[in-house]
Amino acid sequence: MTDVSDIWIYLSQEPLLWLTATLVCYLAGDTVSRLCKRHPIANPVLIAVALLAAILWATGTPYATYFEGAQFVHFMLGPATVALAIPLYNNLHHLKATALPLIAALVAGSTTALLTAVGIGMAFGLPLDILLSLAPKSTTAPVAIGIANEIGGSATLTAVLVILTGVIGAITVTTLMNALRITDYRARGLAAGVAAHGIGTARAFQVNETAGAFAGVGMGLNALLTALIAPYIMGLLF
Amino acid sequence: MIYHLALLLICQLVGEVTSRSFALPIPGPVLGMTLLLILLLIRPAVAKATTPTATGLLSHLSLLFVPAGVGVVGHFDKLGENGLAILATLVISTVIALAVGALTFVKLVRT
Repeated sequence: MTDVSDIWIYLSQEPLLWLTATLVCYLAGDTVSRLCKRHPIANPVLIAVALLAAILWATGTPYATYFEGAQFVHFMLGPATVALAIPLYNNLHHLKATALPLIAALVAGSTTALLTAVGIGMAFGLPLDILLSLAPKSTTAPVAIGIANEIGGSATLTAVLVILTGVIGAITVTTLMNALRITDYRARGLAAGVAAHGIGTARAFQVNETAGAFAGVGMGLNALLTALIAPYIMGLLF
Repeated sequence: MIYHLALLLICQLVGEVTSRSFALPIPGPVLGMTLLLILLLIRPAVAKATTPTATGLLSHLSLLFVPAGVGVVGHFDKLGENGLAILATLVISTVIALAVGALTFVKLVRT
């Protein structure tokens, strides 16, 4: 019988353990979410992240070791983004019929996300480097990091703020839309994609395919729009 | 399924190469999505065939954010003494942006 610590040494050097752990913790999160009838607070990403963070902390595993296994899951974000073209195509009639409100909602949602982040941050007395990192927080991570680098924010801080924004958006969107009595899944999805990028889009797909398609469009167009206007707006403000 | 996965990867690859070659502000996967959409418009049959693979991938889109999410936990100290103010800013700003986006859409669709 091999010593437990020998097995641990083997496992901790292979991607197998942390890839498996990522899938199992996600399944646990997804099960809890399903048992809670997809209640927004029981967000599967949040549950899985909390579980994994606790396991890494308890076993003293550095994030780099964890990521060697988890990178395979992380990698799939790219192909999944490309795959958004399919629901987009299947909902093309919806999108064509609502082109004008869609563009207007995109511009309104995108500029609001940027200006309120900076404005409220200023009101709370946050320092300039944090304000610059806050500006692209509603944009999908790779674009947000690019924008932060361009306007003088911190890439790492922006990555953290982007993920937090996504989780906040995914958790609040359903309750907020119900409170505002907005039942149109096109509006709900689009807003989620614009304000809370991929994590908001994931939440939208959980609820409704049309909402998911509109969220995907919102995320993609918001990435483009924010990349174009953020340097200009921040230049005017600071 | 492998055929469709290859199609997604080819679109992403072309997107990444285009984005980097011209230093575009749009990330490769988003360009790849646009490219796939154009392909689908030219060959609608591909959409039907690719739908199961895409649906499978997108129904668990949340899973794909878990590794990045775990990374964020390790960087909570970056928020520093401003943690609470930053969190409050994110919540208020995101809620307002969600409301403005959805309300704009609903108001204009009705009129």
